[in-house]
Amino acid sequence: MAYRCTIRNNNYVFEDLKTVLAKASPMRSGDVMAGIAASSYEERVAAQMALADIPLIDFIQTDIIDYDSDEVTRLIMDNYDKLVFQQLSHHTVGSFRDWLLSEAANTETLTSIAKGLVPEIVAAVSKIMRNQDLITVAQNCEVVSRFRTTIGLKGHLSTRLQPNHPFDDEKGIMASIIDGLLLGNGDAVIGINPATDNPEKVAHLLMLLDELRIQFKIPMQSCVLSHVTTTLQLIEQKAPVDLVFQSIAGTQKANASFGISLSLLKEAYEAAISLNRNSASNQIMYFETGQGAALSSNANEGVDQQTCEARAYAVARHFNPFLVNSVVGFIGPEYLYDGKQIIRAGLEDHFCGKLMGLPMGMDVCCTSHAESDQDDMDSLLTLLSVAGCNFFMGVPGADDIMLHYQSTSFHDALYARKITNKKPAPEFASWLYQEGITDTEGLLLPTNELKTILLNSTL
Amino acid sequence: MNQQDKAQNIEIGSKWQSLKKYTPARVALGRTGNAIPVKEMLQLKVAHAFAKDAVYAAMDVHLIEQSLQQLNFPVLSVCSKAVNRKMYIQRPDLGRQLDDASCIMLQQNSKGFDVGLIIADGLSATAIQLHSFPFIQQIVPLLQKAGLTIAPIVIASQARVAIGDTIGSILQCKVSVVLIGERPGLSVCDSMGIYTTYQPAMGLTDESRNCISNIHAKGLDDYTAAQKTFLLIQNSIAFKLSGVHLKENADIINLQ
Repeated sequence: MAYRCTIRNNNYVFEDLKTVLAKASPMRSGDVMAGIAASSYEERVAAQMALADIPLIDFIQTDIIDYDSDEVTRLIMDNYDKLVFQQLSHHTVGSFRDWLLSEAANTETLTSIAKGLVPEIVAAVSKIMRNQDLITVAQNCEVVSRFRTTIGLKGHLSTRLQPNHPFDDEKGIMASIIDGLLLGNGDAVIGINPATDNPEKVAHLLMLLDELRIQFKIPMQSCVLSHVTTTLQLIEQKAPVDLVFQSIAGTQKANASFGISLSLLKEAYEAAISLNRNSASNQIMYFETGQGAALSSNANEGVDQQTCEARAYAVARHFNPFLVNSVVGFIGPEYLYDGKQIIRAGLEDHFCGKLMGLPMGMDVCCTSHAESDQDDMDSLLTLLSVAGCNFFMGVPGADDIMLHYQSTSFHDALYARKITNKKPAPEFASWLYQEGITDTEGLLLPTNELKTILLNSTL
Repeated sequence: MNQQDKAQNIEIGSKWQSLKKYTPARVALGRTGNAIPVKEMLQLKVAHAFAKDAVYAAMDVHLIEQSLQQLNFPVLSVCSKAVNRKMYIQRPDLGRQLDDASCIMLQQNSKGFDVGLIIADGLSATAIQLHSFPFIQQIVPLLQKAGLTIAPIVIASQARVAIGDTIGSILQCKVSVVLIGERPGLSVCDSMGIYTTYQPAMGLTDESRNCISNIHAKGLDDYTAAQKTFLLIQNSIAFKLSGVHLKENADIINLQ
């Protein structure tokens, strides 16, 4: 079905839903590369005007990617909560945007509608929202996840401590972990990206993290971000797997290029649950996503990258994750060219994830070949802190020496907590105090007053 | 604070500093308030500048050709469809395709080989300039000793990893080995990666490849990288596959 809009006697006709979505998307290099972006500023606004008038029900009645050939579409259409959607079905995309910004949309109502939303609706509404709208609504959402720490409570801000090392040297990794813990980081997870996917090596790293946790009684989760097939193999060998990690995307073909399928994720979820390591909830999955993932494997099926990204959140949601984050600037400037595009995408991803009910964090980051720098990262970090992002990355000096990109530092997390008056996860904050790292107010003690024995006995 | 406490606290300060011994990561930076102190802050900026400059550096094809001639190997130089750096950065699809003249030239050398070695600038010509020749010097004798035939070495400018699929399929290689400059980071702007693909063909994606990354002065050395690559090639030929299904376990089995 075609959608239309007329501006200054220019008649714009958009042949179907995915065309309107693509042309209404704020400008980004990936959609230009895919040949689906609006060709002028006017056409983009025309698409946004057309989009604002589309009834939400159209997104239920139309599969933007074919139901029979794509298992992600089947997952979406078979699993959204139809009763909840009924309450929203009178809206157009435009009136839904206005409702989201109204007083009626408080934390409770936003929580209650999450399961009724399909990702295409969430992506659509984000395209006609300004940055401040994305922040306002996301800030109203509260998505809490529980393992040994509680992540996502209002007034709290957590980090994934990311202690990567170019060849997985255990002492090198441990040095970065201690540095991060002493700076109050690591309450979401201590998560290592291994340099190789060698199962034996990954098992060693998991053991290292688990021993650290037990020795110092740290309320923490650990994860080695290996491919899900490697993790499955390690679970069979009874390795201490807290969280199953996997990169995911929003189309079946893109997931295939990651070497995964929904049934494989289900198998991994069930295997990890059987280890019984999380006594607080069934949340044991950790997913990473990012705009451009589908296009990078030629698997976007003509759909714009931000809508593909929202579809990945439907995949994540199905497995009740403990953590999800977009790696917004990681995939590169061919998808998000500069600081402006990265900042916009970061706010969209956080908003879409939260509105769909995900415990959303963000890797505020860029690569060295993007037109952006640490000032842009500071801007996005600040905006997302205000928006209530559950967690950021903590990388020593913001410099990941294994993955070769700029993320956020341990110090950045301290800054973000300070300016938004937030604390680490409650269990972790207590540990920092007991360990002699912070004072009674939760502030870091000066180095010469630290009482911790972490430095004495780990290296 | 008593004397004993004071002694312990001084020790903690110096112990924190000693973390630097164990990792090249930016640990023990200290803090002023919640911020990174000025000296370290500027160190980060200059590292960013090095990385930006590496991205825009051009590969000296002639110099690499001269080095390779020492090995008495035929060398072929090709270009992708990305005509300059800016286009290369924004259009990876063009960096994956050979330009027409290069295709025709390669077709004249198409006769079937076990292994195709491809040197591609990627996002750091600096890395390729430093590490490609030393690596080739290490791996060629290993391949020859194993009786494997090697295609003419191809140097590809403004190239992405997947250009190896086109090159490998035209030259009819069983396994393509792409040496490529990895995107520069803040600590290292000269890191090389290696991607091996069994039966390279247009349209393959990353799950069909095996990767060895972080080859640079502070990372994996050329010798070890060549050994690992050689094992991947041998396993790929033996098991007739590459990618996620060829786990590194297989290497260990073979080593034993």
